[in-house]
Amino acid sequence: MKRIILPVLAIGILGVWQTAAAADITGVITLKGAPPAETDLGPYISANPDCAAMYQGKKMPTTLFYVVGPNGEFADVAISLKGVTGKSTGASALPAVLDQKGCVYTPQILAIQTGQKLLVRNSDMCVHNVDFTPIVAGNEGHNDVQMMGASDLTYTFPKPEDFIMFKCDVHPWMRAWVSVFDSPYFSTSDKDGKFVIKNVPPGKYTVEANHRKLGAQTQDVEVGDKDVTVNFTFNVK
Amino acid sequence: MKAYAQNRNNPWLHLFAVLTAIITFLLLGLGGLVTSHEAGMSVPDWPTSYGYNMFALPIKFWHGGAFFEHTHRLLASGAGFLTTVLAVWLWFKEPRKWMKWLGVAAFLLVVAQGVLGGLRVTLKMDDLGIVHGVIGQSYFILMCALALFTSRFWFKWTAGEKMPGMMRGLRMLVLGTTFLIFIQLILGATMRGQHAGLAISDFPLAYGKIWPDTSPTAVAHYNADRMDVISESPITAFQIILQMLHRIVAVAILALVAASAWQAWRRLGGKNPLAKLAWFWLSLILCQIALGAWTVWSNKAADVATLHVMVGALSLVTGALWCMIAFGRREGEARIAPAVTMSGAFGASAAMAANK
Repeated sequence: MKRIILPVLAIGILGVWQTAAAADITGVITLKGAPPAETDLGPYISANPDCAAMYQGKKMPTTLFYVVGPNGEFADVAISLKGVTGKSTGASALPAVLDQKGCVYTPQILAIQTGQKLLVRNSDMCVHNVDFTPIVAGNEGHNDVQMMGASDLTYTFPKPEDFIMFKCDVHPWMRAWVSVFDSPYFSTSDKDGKFVIKNVPPGKYTVEANHRKLGAQTQDVEVGDKDVTVNFTFNVK
Repeated sequence: MKAYAQNRNNPWLHLFAVLTAIITFLLLGLGGLVTSHEAGMSVPDWPTSYGYNMFALPIKFWHGGAFFEHTHRLLASGAGFLTTVLAVWLWFKEPRKWMKWLGVAAFLLVVAQGVLGGLRVTLKMDDLGIVHGVIGQSYFILMCALALFTSRFWFKWTAGEKMPGMMRGLRMLVLGTTFLIFIQLILGATMRGQHAGLAISDFPLAYGKIWPDTSPTAVAHYNADRMDVISESPITAFQIILQMLHRIVAVAILALVAASAWQAWRRLGGKNPLAKLAWFWLSLILCQIALGAWTVWSNKAADVATLHVMVGALSLVTGALWCMIAFGRREGEARIAPAVTMSGAFGASAAMAANK
């Protein structure tokens, strides 16, 4: 009995100690300058009766390439710890959901871990096809039809990769991008430009902020037992 | 005259060949719409469609990109059927042995096209899509050739007097220009196969310059500014250079076709069928250049881009047919020849003048 209890106790103490020593990396992403105007998806959706029917009396969506708040708060930036690999907890993580609703993907930018299940859902009353072609060897591409009311399609990616594009060829304006990380230390900035990477163990890291159209920036940080703040500013000319 | 008597054409066979060529042209246009609408992968399975027999897909699924892809498959099946009938007809009824084998070649080519198109979908290979597009144009040339070779015009033309010796240079000029158009077609297919939309968004300049900046910084800036909805991938320096090459070759083609038309008119006279065809060819090229500009100005509107593909196909096949007609007569000293005119597609309403 002692043979079992002592190791379990040691592991538990170690785990608690690790968590107690970990800290969060927080920050705000800002965009300076005026981005190009978003493209109205109305003409594309209106030309498709199945999709147009979902917008009776409702405002048609636009592209969401630059999601910026009134004070430059920059959303949909993927933030991660560069070079941190082999720490994925994806296999035990809750599945992430990418939904096809109103003939657009929601969310447009999604971040998951390697080995984590990605559920692609069809919430529309029309057929979609889920088509993606990863670039990184080891990540398998698919092109699967998804009928209305069909069950979720499930995918996993064993390798990290930035911005795998998901598209529907029946409705070619539908796009989403999924970034895959090999650790749980990542986040995406929200509509206020804020992000939090939780429970980062002590150490020196390179934080990378990556926007699909504006590219990546990095900053070095040192994490101790207190939260660390790192902000990024992107520029458009 | 003896040759004409032995190889009298079959007007019904000729009409069937013309019909098949027209269907092939429409199929080419529909295929162009598939690519222009980025719909090539909208029906992920083949030869079934969403699990249904292709000919039994419910109408409710004929929407969006699937409409173009599915109708393309149906029309391709129709073209395949017509080509098969034509090949069988030629095999059993055509006295010229080489025509029988051309019919076999047409059958094999249409089967290969169908398989290529299917594999492009099932294997998710963009490169196969480029090959499929190029071979489609070759198949169209072959179908037009079959229509020509079964026409009354062809029988009379090849039985007529020899071409003047001065035609040799002109024939090689047109042959070389036709080959250049084929290269241009491959460039265009490669551009469309990148699925990156317009690599250069202005015309006649390129990003405001005669030759665009293709440095990594400049390309990153172009991509940051792009708000394309349908195009898939960010543009690259390679794609920008590809489009510049396409523009340069277009200018070269215009010059060569203009030279061909001028030389044909000067050497053969305005009433000669080859001279008339050469002027028609020039008008096609001018139209094609206008469509190319309009494609850029309209931000690659699907219908405009597809029209550009179709007129490109007509330009290629016109050059090819000119060569077939020109090489169809042997070379020698000019003598008084029966006047042969062309009307309609390839049919002939010949006005025969007695030989003296």
